[in-house]
Parts: sequence; structure tokens; C-alpha cells
Amino acid sequence: MIELRHLTVHAGNFAIRDISFVIPTGGYCVLMGKTGCGKTTILESIIGFRDISAGQILLGGIDVTDWNPALRGIGYVPQDGALFSRMTVRRQLGFALSIRRIEASVIHDRTMELAALLGISHLLDRVPKSLSGGERQRVALGRALSFEPRILCLDEPLSALDSETRLQMCDLLVQVRQRTGVTTLHVTHNLDEAERLADPLFQLRDGQLQIN
Amino acid sequence: MSEPSSTLGAPRDRVAMAISDRCFIACMSIIGGVYVALIAGMLIADVIYMIRQSASAASGQEGWSAYIVNSPIVDALRDPKIRYSIRLSLISCTLSAILSVFVAVPLGYLMSRVRFPGRTLLDAFLDIPIVLPPLVVGLSLLILFQFPPFSWFARSIVYQIPAVILAQFAVACAFSVRTMKATFDQIDPRCEQVARSLGCSRFQAFSLVVFPEADRGMVTAFTLAWARSLGEFGPLLIFAGSTRMKTEVLSTSVFLEMNVGNLEAAVSVSLIMVAGAVVVLVLTRMLGVSATDPYVTKPGRAPHSAQAIGSEP
Repeated sequence: MIELRHLTVHAGNFAIRDISFVIPTGGYCVLMGKTGCGKTTILESIIGFRDISAGQILLGGIDVTDWNPALRGIGYVPQDGALFSRMTVRRQLGFALSIRRIEASVIHDRTMELAALLGISHLLDRVPKSLSGGERQRVALGRALSFEPRILCLDEPLSALDSETRLQMCDLLVQVRQRTGVTTLHVTHNLDEAERLADPLFQLRDGQLQIN
Repeated sequence: MSEPSSTLGAPRDRVAMAISDRCFIACMSIIGGVYVALIAGMLIADVIYMIRQSASAASGQEGWSAYIVNSPIVDALRDPKIRYSIRLSLISCTLSAILSVFVAVPLGYLMSRVRFPGRTLLDAFLDIPIVLPPLVVGLSLLILFQFPPFSWFARSIVYQIPAVILAQFAVACAFSVRTMKATFDQIDPRCEQVARSLGCSRFQAFSLVVFPEADRGMVTAFTLAWARSLGEFGPLLIFAGSTRMKTEVLSTSVFLEMNVGNLEAAVSVSLIMVAGAVVVLVLTRMLGVSATDPYVTKPGRAPHSAQAIGSEP
């Protein structure tokens, strides 16, 4: 469960004020709004990349407002994937587990499981520069899911993809939700994408949140 | 049906446009070419001078080997003082370049990633060694070592070999910091954010994700610092002195040989330095070009700073 209580964040001259919402456990919330309306600011506040001015962030009922991003246990997929350019796909998928000093055999099994789920088994020994846009986003999604997070934050993950790949990725996200039950916050400005995935759909307009 | 004609959208005279375009490129080429010719002319003049001196020394002897044996460069390489100077230059430049990168990595990273009050001021402050007259850098170092705690070590540093390294480092490091800041600026900060969301501490995100992506930038920073150190002269003269077989590096050798009127040896040492600088430049360019990456941000690609190469004052 993700819960925001009266969240206020200042980012330079821009601010979002008094935002509150709850995404139930296993929910797939799509947050929509125009470019620059503050969607990403909310998402980054939840992950822990931004200092908040007021309010509380609760994950699974625990107040994590002052927690370090590393301790919040949130899987994060940014717009262009932000893959680690010097690591193979295999290393990216095992990265979070190796940080946690998990046994190599467990990392291997988890990597194979994720690769099968996301259809990237044939890409495991490739580096990011040789991947297409869709493949990169699949790897980024796998990397974010690798440590079995309770919460997944996606920041316009499909915006750079062509329409066909976007549809495939939408289907994949539905499948991931069904298989993992992860609570997801998906930021986008694409209505079609939002209608396919949202449960619930929030609109951010003039700093105010509306639930559709 | 004929298309409606438009006077507003009609292109200008095609011939005039083509002439204008060619003139533009020609003017640019002429202005730029003057400088390229100046650089090439300087190097060619040195080489021709050397060949002439070799020819006059080898007069009466047959074969190319006579030219080589009697070349002032070979004479210079035989001279123990020049050999000492080459050895000290190689060691001091390498040490100052290592020190420069060691300092430039954290400083460049902080300047690139952390926002703090006075950051713009510090950014300008870091350029001081670049814009300050080189002699002033040396003089300032000399004055600094009159005050504690530096004065405690003055006897073993000032006018000694460590002064050579410190004087080279003081200027070269500023170039390395610029290079490393540009390198970190070009590495997508979101990679680091993702690493932190995956469970990394800041140090782990830096060492496991950012640092490997900055490798080419570090090589560039190292080579630029090395080449800058090789050309350093003003601060060395003031802070380390120009004692033969003690604090003499290649730039000092040129100065000392010129002082005793030995132009041949001065040009010979200059050509040895040119060869060193060319090797470093070629290495930097090769490593920079090979970093092309079409999909992700271009990690570790640092801008090439031509101004970092060259002797002064």
C-alpha cells in the first residue's frame, strides 16, 4: 500500500501542495497529467529522491518520509530505462541481489526466472547499447523487480516506444501485475496507456489530484 | 492542373546561394587555416633546423647513419644532464597526473552532483590556477611555504624534487577537475538514482555504477594533466629552482640551454617534448573517439582541452 498524507514538495519555483491519496496493496495506480504538472515530483518523493516540505509518505503502513531510498524497497523504472551501460543484462538483473550479498545460485535462479517472465532470456549476455528501446525497458523492469519489491514506480516507461512495442509492454505490465501482485504507481501522459492499465486512475491538474 | 505560383515562397537565385555557401566555407577555412599553418610552421621549422645542424655536423661523412649519429637530438640524449631531466620529467609528470586525477575525481563529482551554497563561486575559484600567470602560481607556493604548517616541511620540499611535483600538480589538477566535472555531467544521474533505489548506498552507487562509466574521462584527465605538467615551467622556476641534475625537468633544460647559448640542445629538448606531447594527444583522441555509444548517454566522454597542452609562460 502507498499512502500520501498532505504531501507538499518544493522544487525550485515550482511546488505541489497538500497531495493525499492511497493506492491499495496490489493496486495499479496510473498518475496522469500534463508535462511539468508535478507527476514525476510526486513519484520521486515516494522513492526518496526529493526532500519534502510537509506531509507523510507511508509504504505498507510504515512512515518512510525520512528514509533513505535504498531502504524503502521500491523498484524504479525511469523514462529511458537508465541501464548501467557497462553491465550485461545478466549483471543488471542480479545487481540488487548482489548488493544484498545473496548467494550466487539464488541470484542465477532469480535472473533466469525474470528473464523468462520478461522474454529477455536471449539477451542475458548483451550490453545496453546493443538493445532496442523495448528490450531496454524490459531489462529496466526486470532490474526493478529483481529484489521482489512490494512497490513499483514507473516514470513514463513507455513514452519513448513505438505504438506496437508500447502495446506489447502494456500487456507485459498487466502480466507482471498478475504474477507478482506488486503495488504499482505508473506516471504517464498517454490516455490510451492509462485506460489500459489504471486501477485506479489519478489526474493531476493545477496541483490538485482528481480520482477518475 | 498547374500548381499556384508563389512569389513569397520562391527561393533566391540558386547560383548566388551556391556561391554564398562556398564563400562562407572558404572564409572560415582561410581564417582557421592561418592558425593551423602557424602550428605546423613552428614544428616544421624545428625539424628543418635540426636536419640542417645534423647535415653540417655530418659534412664529409657518407650515409644516413652519419646524420643520425651527429644529430643534436642524439647528442642531447647522450648528455647525462638531459637524461636526468628526461627521467625526472617522466616521473614527476606521472606522479602529478596521478595526484591530479585522485583529487579531480571527488572534486569533479561533487561539483557535478551536489548543489550547495557558493557552488558557482567555487566553480570560478577552481579556475584560478588556469587563469593566474604561471610565475604567480610559483611565487604563491613559495610564500605559502613560509607559513605553518607548510613551513615545517619547507626544507624538504622547496627547491627540492617534491616542489617540482607540487608545482606541476597545482596547475595540472585544475584541468583534471574541469575534465572530470564534464565527465560526470555527461553520465546520466538517473543511473545513480536507480542504483540507490536498488539498495546501494551513495558510495556503492558511485563505485559500482558511476566510477566504471567515468573510466575514459579519467584517462583523458590523466593524459591532460600529464601533458600540462610536461609543459610547466614558470611555477617550477620560482618554487623548485632550476638546479642541474636536481630539479631540472625538460622545460627547465630548454631554458638552461638557451641561457648558455646552446640553441641546438634547446631545440633538441623541445623536439623531445613535442614528441611526448604528440603521443599523449593521439592517445587522448583515440580513447575519446572509441567511447561512442548510440543508445545510452555517453559515459566518460570528456571534452578535449587543447589548451591543456603546451609550455608556458
